[in-house]
Amino acid sequence: MTPINQGPVSTRPATGEGDAADLRSVILETRDVTVTYGTHEALHPTSLAFAAGEVTSLIGPSGCGKSTYLRSINLMNREIEGCKVGGQVIYRGQDVNAPGVDLFELRKHIGMVFQQPNPFHKSIYENVAFAPRRHGITKKSDLDQLVEESLRAAAIWDEVKDKLSESGFALSGGQQQRLCIARTLAMHPDIVLMDEPCSALDPISTFAVEETIRSMASRGICTIIVTHNMEQAARVSDRCAFFLLGEMVETGVTAEMFANPSDQRLDDYLTGRFG
Amino acid sequence: MASSSASARARRQDHIATGVLTAIVAVICVALVAIVVYIVGSGAGKLFDVSFLTGKPQQFKAGGGIGPELFNSFYLLVLTLLLSLPLSLGAAIYLAEYAHEGPVTTAAKTIIETLSSLPSIVVGLFGMLFFVLQLGWGFSIMSGALALTMFNLPILTRVIQQALEAVPRDQRDAGLALGLTRWETTIHILIPSAMPAIVTGVILSAGRVFGEAAALIYTAGQSAPMLDFTNFDLSSASCPWNVWRPAETLAVHIWKINSEGVVPDLAAVSSGTAAVLMVCILAFNIIARIVGRRLERRLTAE
Ligand SMILES: Nc1ncnc2c1ncn2[C@@H]1O[C@H](COP(=O)(O)OP(=O)(O)OP(=O)(O)O)[C@@H](O)[C@H]1O
Ligand SMILES: [Mg+2]
Repeated sequence: MTPINQGPVSTRPATGEGDAADLRSVILETRDVTVTYGTHEALHPTSLAFAAGEVTSLIGPSGCGKSTYLRSINLMNREIEGCKVGGQVIYRGQDVNAPGVDLFELRKHIGMVFQQPNPFHKSIYENVAFAPRRHGITKKSDLDQLVEESLRAAAIWDEVKDKLSESGFALSGGQQQRLCIARTLAMHPDIVLMDEPCSALDPISTFAVEETIRSMASRGICTIIVTHNMEQAARVSDRCAFFLLGEMVETGVTAEMFANPSDQRLDDYLTGRFG
Repeated sequence: MASSSASARARRQDHIATGVLTAIVAVICVALVAIVVYIVGSGAGKLFDVSFLTGKPQQFKAGGGIGPELFNSFYLLVLTLLLSLPLSLGAAIYLAEYAHEGPVTTAAKTIIETLSSLPSIVVGLFGMLFFVLQLGWGFSIMSGALALTMFNLPILTRVIQQALEAVPRDQRDAGLALGLTRWETTIHILIPSAMPAIVTGVILSAGRVFGEAAALIYTAGQSAPMLDFTNFDLSSASCPWNVWRPAETLAVHIWKINSEGVVPDLAAVSSGTAAVLMVCILAFNIIARIVGRRLERRLTAE
């Protein structure tokens, strides 16, 4: 079997818009994905496509299923008892729920950053180096290089380079979150899922994280970010998907969607009439 | 105004509650300190008496020591921890990290909770019937260590399980989302985070094991053959490491000399032994706090 991260990337016109020039290299696609907790269908059939180097924001009022959708992509929903995922999540041409797909291998390529910064109770260095070492990188010089490169990519290297052996918990919340991003980037993921990564951060840290997201995109990483902050969605995302009550209502290019929403419910949401 | 009088009343209630609670805590503290001071004080003369701490217990004459009892207490403690720590760690990891919610898990948790409050004399009697008589091990360190393990296992399992469950969920998620297995996540992320609580729990349970008498009277027995530390013949009763010899501990010694002792200096030996036991247990508690806090600090800062 080919390693999962070397499957094909399909190049085809984006769904939704008829713009022939807009060719995207789709790396991840969900087809009619549903998520059920017990008997409650929290996510109705959702089909979206994501391209390499593209940032997609998921927006919508609280409880509409954004986190639920995100967790179905890296199969974190499997860790929740009573949670069932239907439909297909296709990563590089392969259904991730098909038997035989290595869950742990998949999660190396699809990283995740959480709402609350959650560094490990380890040194800053170990926070980044720990998972790569478990995955087989053991040479000290390789790890050193990986740690530096990842911390630089997450725009936190200058702040921590002199205290790599201190605990990750000794950092501020914003620094902790960037450390968590560095930890995720150290796996060299194709896709990074971010669930409200800035909701616990001040504006300056938020800005730093947004810069990081843009630079990740320029290096070809596909980022999917959940956010409640419409300005943030407008600043960082190329595309956007609007969720409401477990339904994916509208998707498209962020700028176009925000300028003239085609669905009344999105219009209401953007103008703050509910949510 | 109604609202301001209501808030004045609330404030007065708060004052009264604070006062009452402070008084209750003060009474408890005074009582506990009094007990400790009394016990340590009445045995103080023997605490630094080397011939008492290392000497041979006497059946009829005055001047007996507690050398073998002191050694037996520590030896039984170490064996008990060697047996109960890996087992309870495994059980706790299973219950906290692997078991699915369901009737079986709930039943297992309930059973462990019930067992952890089982009176130790019941454990001791079971140990006598099963290890001593049924298996024919006689009064021996082995019988005693297994009885103590039965006594300690549920308590330790609960402590470790609770320590693991107290680690925030997001630490688990972080590990799993990096493609680590549940086992890697548990061993390398959760256990280190839970370590301060685990170490504290283990040392505190060690204190309970160390002071346990009822579970040992009919399992490890009430006789303490004099030990010869140059003897490595594991079948000899005077070899300290022989696990098939009877072994009276400090707590059992106190019980025995008070219930059937005939030595003339009974009161002095008894209070001396109690003081030694008390000091050891206090030491366990203090060590537990220091080690727990050290680990905590090492994990959360610097
Ligand atoms: N572990 C769970 N067990 C049962 N139901 C859940 C669970 N997680 C989420 N849900 C339900 O699924 C629905 C969607 O929740 P989800 O967390 O995906 O919303 P969200 O869009 O991320 O909201 P927020 O913006 O507040 O984070 C909600 O109705 C919620 O109650
Ligand atoms: Mg959410």
